[in-house]
This record gives sequence, C-alpha cells and structure tokens, in this order.
Amino acid sequence: MAENLLEVRDLTITPAGAEAPVLHDVSLSLAPGERVGLIGESGSGKSLTAQSVMGLLPEELRAQGTVSLHGFAGNVLEAKEKTLAKMRSDLVSMVFQEPMSALNPLMRIGDQIAEVLRIHGEVARGDIPGRVLDLLTSVHMPDPDSARYAYPHQMSGGQRQRAMLAIALANSPRLLICDEPTTALDVTVQKHMLDLIAERVAAVQAGLLFITHDLAVVAGVCDRVIVMYAGRIVETGSVHQIFTDPQHEYTRGLLASSDLEATDAHGKLFTLKTALSYAGPVDGAGSGEMPGHTNEAEPVNEAEPVKADSTAAGGPADVRDPASASARETGAADESAPLIDVSGVSKHFRSRGLLRRRSPVRALDDISFSVTSGQRLGIVGESGSGKSTLLTILSGLDRPTSGRVRVGDIRVESASAPALRSLREDLQIVFQDPFASLDPRMRVEDIVSEPLTARGMAREERLARVEEMLLAVDLDTKAMRRYPHQFSGGQRQRISIARALVTRPQILVADEPVSALDVSVRSQVLNLLTDLVDDYALTLLFVSHDLGVVKHLCSDVIVMKDGHIVESGATEDIYANPREDYTRKLIAATPSLAGALASIT
Amino acid sequence: MSENPSTTSAGETSMDRRRRTKLRLNASMVIGAVLIFVIVALALVSFVWTPYDPSVVDPVARLQAASPEHLFGTDKFGRDTLTWIMYGARITLMVGIVAVGIAVLIGTPIGIIAAVFAQYPWGVWLSAVIMRANDILLAFPALLLAIVFAAVYQPGTGPAMVAVGIAAIPGFARVARSGTMQVLGSEYVRAAKASNRSAPAIAIVHVLPNIAGMVIVQASVAFAISVLAEAGLSFLGLGTQAPVPSWGRMLQESQQFLSTQPELALWPGLFIALAVLGFNLLGDGLRDRFDPKMEARGNG
Repeated sequence: MAENLLEVRDLTITPAGAEAPVLHDVSLSLAPGERVGLIGESGSGKSLTAQSVMGLLPEELRAQGTVSLHGFAGNVLEAKEKTLAKMRSDLVSMVFQEPMSALNPLMRIGDQIAEVLRIHGEVARGDIPGRVLDLLTSVHMPDPDSARYAYPHQMSGGQRQRAMLAIALANSPRLLICDEPTTALDVTVQKHMLDLIAERVAAVQAGLLFITHDLAVVAGVCDRVIVMYAGRIVETGSVHQIFTDPQHEYTRGLLASSDLEATDAHGKLFTLKTALSYAGPVDGAGSGEMPGHTNEAEPVNEAEPVKADSTAAGGPADVRDPASASARETGAADESAPLIDVSGVSKHFRSRGLLRRRSPVRALDDISFSVTSGQRLGIVGESGSGKSTLLTILSGLDRPTSGRVRVGDIRVESASAPALRSLREDLQIVFQDPFASLDPRMRVEDIVSEPLTARGMAREERLARVEEMLLAVDLDTKAMRRYPHQFSGGQRQRISIARALVTRPQILVADEPVSALDVSVRSQVLNLLTDLVDDYALTLLFVSHDLGVVKHLCSDVIVMKDGHIVESGATEDIYANPREDYTRKLIAATPSLAGALASIT
Repeated sequence: MSENPSTTSAGETSMDRRRRTKLRLNASMVIGAVLIFVIVALALVSFVWTPYDPSVVDPVARLQAASPEHLFGTDKFGRDTLTWIMYGARITLMVGIVAVGIAVLIGTPIGIIAAVFAQYPWGVWLSAVIMRANDILLAFPALLLAIVFAAVYQPGTGPAMVAVGIAAIPGFARVARSGTMQVLGSEYVRAAKASNRSAPAIAIVHVLPNIAGMVIVQASVAFAISVLAEAGLSFLGLGTQAPVPSWGRMLQESQQFLSTQPELALWPGLFIALAVLGFNLLGDGLRDRFDPKMEARGNG
C-alpha cells in the first residue's frame, strides 16, 4: 500500500458523560490527490469525522483511534494545539458551509487572504499583494483587483464562498476539506462552485474530502464516495459503483429519495422506507430509481403519466395573462374566476444609507399573475429574485408599493385589520426553516393550536383539532406535550405544516419548505404535502429554488429573476421547451441523479 | 439570507448543545448558588431562632472577641454579632428583592413596548422617546437618587429600596428591548402573525418566555448591585435606620473600633462581599446558559 495522504483508523467518538459513542470505528483513507465524498444525513457523524481530521473536535467529546496525515508526525487526535495549528497552516484547510459567518465581517477580503499567507510565512512580505491577486484570479472572482478591497457583506454568497476557497487554498494544502460548501448557495451558483472546487483541487494536486448530504452533488467532484449512517461507515465505493450498484440498504434508500424524477407505484417519491421494498433489481419502478440498469433517459418518462394525472386534477390550470383576468369584482364563488389575482405589483425597499445616495431596491417590479382554485403553482428563482417578498405581500404581512392583490374577495393591499384576519383564516404559510419557525419555548400543542387560539376557540375543541391534525401529518399524538427541540428537522416541518392546516385554509403558501431538510427526509415531506393538498383540496403556492421539487409537485410554474417574471406556464411545457435563457440555465444547474450519472459515464 | 444558517445542521446538534450547556453548569454557578443559599438560610433561620435577642444590650459582654458564647463576638453594646448578621441578611435580601422587583416589573415592559412600537411606522418616534428617557434615567446615579429621596422623604429602608430599584430600571429596559427585537425578527413570530395573533398576544406568548433568560441574568447582577447599594446607603446613614440590624450600618458603627476590634468590621464586610460575589457568580453562570452567543460557541 502506497503512503496514504490521510489515514483514519478505528475512530470512535463518545460525548463526555455518555455511554454510547456517536461515531463507531470509522476507518477511511485518502490517497494523495484523491477526491472523496463523505455522504450522510445530519447526525450521521460526517462533520465530526472532518473535525477530527482538522483537530477541531469540541472538548466535550472523547475521541479514540488514530488519525494520521502524511507529513504530520503522530496522531492528530493526541497532538498539542500548537502543532495542530502548524498542521492546519501547512497541510489541511477547510471550506465551511456558511461563508458569511466564516469570514471576518470587519476585514477586507484581500487582508483576510493576506493574513493567512503572512502567518504561514512562506511568501515574502513584498510578494503578498501579488499572490492575493493571483489567488482571487484563480478562483475566478469577478474583478479580482477591486474584490481585494471589498468587505464580505458587499459580496454575493457565491463570491464569498470563492473568497473562502481562495483562503483555504492560499498555502497549497495537501488536503482540502469542504463541509457542505454549496448548501447555502443558489443552484445556479452551486454548479459553478462545484466545478471550481474540482478544478482548483486538481490544479494544486490536493486531496479533497467533500462532505454533503446530497448525492447529486458529489458525482462531478469526487472519485470515491463514503456513505455514513448513524455514526458508521456503511459503504465505500467509486462514484459509479455507488450510483449504479449500491450494496447497502441505506445507500439505496438515499439514492432513491434523491431522485425526484422517479416515483413508486402510487405516484409517490421514494423514501428510505419504500426504497427498501423497491430495491429488487427486476422491479420496474426499482430500475427507475436506479438509472444505469437500463438507460438514463427512461426514469423521466416513467414519471410522466403520474404527473399528467395530477395536472388534470388541477382543473384549467394555466397561468393566465392578468389583462384577461380583469374581473376583479367580489365573487370568489364563481368557479372560473381566479382565486388569487395579482396585477402590477411592485415593492421597493429604500435602503437606509447615511452617506451613500440611496436608490430604492426594486424587490418586485410589475408582477402579474393569477391562480385558480385548486391550482398548484410553483414560484422558482434564485435568492434575491423577490419570490419571498411576493409571498409576504400575498399573505398580508407586508404591503406592496403599488399594484393590486386580490385573494378570494379580499383586496390585500388595502385590507383593513379585520379583512386581514379573515384572509389569514383562508391562507396559511409553511416557512422555510423548521428550526426557526417554531417557538422553542412552546409545547407542540400550543404551537399547532396557535391559529385557533387567535380565533378564540375553546381549549378542548382546539386540542381535538390539534390531535386530528398531528395524525394527518403522521405524527404521534404523544408529540403534543413535547417541545420543538425534541424533534428532527423533518418532524418539525410536519409540525409546521400541521399548524398551517389546522384552520382548514383554502390556500397553502409554502416558502422553501424542504430546502433546509436532508434529502432523505425531503421526499417524505413532499409526499405528505402532496397528500394533504389532495385531501384538503388546497390551492398551493410553492416557492423554491429547486426546480426538481417544483417539477414534482406543481402543475404550473412561474420563473422569477430580479423581481420580474421571466417565464410562466405549465410545468411540463417549461421543462420541455424553456423559452428564456435564464430558465434554461436554471434547469441545467439543478442537480439531478440522472445528470450526475451522465457526467461520470 | 437565512437568519440562522447554523441551525440547518440538525435537531440533535441543538440537543447536544443543550446537554453541553448543562455540563457547563459550571463552578461559578454552583459556588454562587451555594453562597446565596447560605445567606437565604441565615435570613430564614433568624425568623425562628437566633443565638441572642438582637435588641438586648449587655454592657458586661461588650466588645468581646469570638468565643463559644459569641461565635462572631459582640459590639459596643454587648449585642451578639452573629445575631445581627442573621437579622441583617433579612434586610439585605428584602432590599434586593424589592429593588430588583421594581426594576423588572417596570423596566421589562418598557423595553418590550419600545421594541414592539419600533415595528410600526407610527411608533418609531415613540420608541425613540421611550428609550431616550430611559437613557436619561441611566445617567442618574443610584446614590444621588437615594440621597434626594432621603432628603425629600425620610431616610429609611423604604426610600432606599425604591431609589435603588428605579436606578436599575434602564438596565432592564435595554436588555428587554434588545431581546424583544431579536425575537420579533424571528420566523416563529412571523408565523404567529400569519396565524392572526395580535401584538399583545405575541408579546406575552412568544416574547416573554424567550427573553426570560436574559432578564434573569440581568436580575441576578442587579441584585448584587442593590445589595452593595443598600450597604453603602446604610453606611452613609441614608438607608436602614437604627435599631434595625443592617450590614451596612454595622460596618459604619465598627469604624471607631477598627484598630482595637477589627473583627467587628470583618463580619459584615465579609458577608456583604459574599452576597455580592454570590449573585455575580450566579449571574455569570446563568449567562453561560442563556446567552445565545455563548451557546453558538460550541456548535459543530
């Protein structure tokens, strides 16, 4: 065996005071220049593994085993902080998930890169500015010269992550660890970032340990994949082998639930559970979830009839031209009149600058569309496109600068307080982050019944409704007395959905409800949403940056960019023949298993 | 941008964090709690039993050093120092409770209201007026306020408590305001608004429980300050009046015997120091538990 760059042997990590280890006998190795993906859901121990390699484990955790790095004498786990600091400067560096919190907000980007070079001390002082410029150029920073003088908050998320990468690569480390480096980024940026990481790592011939929960992401970047589950490594293999011939049940489940284009016999997305029952290689649906058995194009077609079905259920579901929907009179009872009518809505924010001349930010600019009852409308766009602002205005949490919004027979933009109250009886929201949208100090029963409490319903009746709703979202009624922190992300999002539906609204507005969830949980929540939308005959407005999710769930789609509607129409049409470049770009950038597989074969 | 990027990692990390902060139920908090327990116990026992009657004067036994009969010695009238320390603990705790009570009950609502008003276009100036008035109060030293009170009314425990309490209001208002603004910006408050909750309901149901931790920390620090303030005021003769036992006055009376009987100054001084230390340590410990910034530190 040739000298490995990284060698982890029997790494076991136990929290102080706990019996059971959170990481069991993890062993892995990485050859010089090799690129390895470490995959698993949150809590699987992938980040702990990475932290042990960096010598960054929190003190409360006891680690056993050995971590050795080529060029570092001894066991990283037992090394002194001083030698570790040297190691981090010479051998290993890391790119974190959230570039905004990993960069110092009070230091210019150029200075932060220079600092790393200075501490390392291999570049002569006079050469540092030149080297900083080289590094920024090498990560394809737009306008690298002036980027040196920018503060982190003046940059976009993608630019910040580029700067992070420049810092991480400044001293040509032998090993680069990336911990979910693209999770906080837009899809369009994600693709570039992944390509860039692969390119730079190859250029400096460093090893790469790439941590993610999303299988679709690793294919283009890594040679080999390590799958972790519940603190153990369950499977190791080449990307191709993992994608086409996964051995472990969990890997199969992960693969199946990552694939938003494959559905099981009931038209549902695969979850970890159902994937196990469809794992047989002869099963027709099974081959859909695992492309490569036959050919790559097939799974898309297989999902088609199911989609067409759901579109039919949505009725005459086309996004109408607002001019034709001029009927703004009160009368939502009329089946043909749209339920939601938005015309010419603009929202401008005045940025408060003390010295800078302030020009209003146009978050929304002349937006018009309408939604009929029972329609499922997806709103797609990257961050900053105004999709969340649009939701806030629709739900009456904010008022538009100009334009008209009608929901049912309520004119939202000029609604009085009582009218807003009755609007909220009919329109409920599921928020993006299930960790932030539930009050940590309230019991689940109080959280879910909050809309009913606001209505003044008696406690008994409230609790009965809550119980019913929790069952509808597949949660145990025992959950009622617990607090949010006792639940996982997926369960919390169910609680959030239960709260939204407890008033029996007609319209459900979901703001990126699955973007903060693990891939394996995502499909469960999406299936649940689909069921509930059917059962409760809901009109759904679904905001997402992930086209795959929208494609599965929505009959129609609006593509937004910089506060404008770029394109709108039936989901199928938009996917089959996007008219606009931007839409095409979005579709191309969305990571999909089929695409990932195509790229490696 | 998402408000809380680190939270995407997992539910169990927040549980880990909870457990870890529990582990940090550290030395400072335990020591603080023990000290406070001792003082509370002294005060409680004094209602049932004390070695001697605090008002009984015994000229024969005056200015004695520590002995089996008088564990802490006696003062110039032959009164038992331990008995006086025990009685003094009552006053100390009462002043702390009343003063902090005044400050919490007035300061916290002011802060919450100021933060809630600041959300509305019509309330921004009102919020600013409230907070600036608060700042003016903050510029007023507690001691000066107490002297004014003592001059206008009579010097005594009551006015001293109120003065110390009023002086502590701005601290609570500020803590409550910043905490409330944080909570009001959270997604769960947006969710509550979308659920038709009124502003007062949100303030009570969501804001109060979530800022309680910060207010408790502030209260424990304010308690320490008011113990010190009461002792200082009594020392100056502006606080508790004779013949009610008070640590501050004991300290003052011990002055004339400082060279001959330093023990007399030692005991009240020591207990004042222990009480202040106890509440400060407890405050530090509680801050570790409640301060979100400290919590985020251990996040993996």
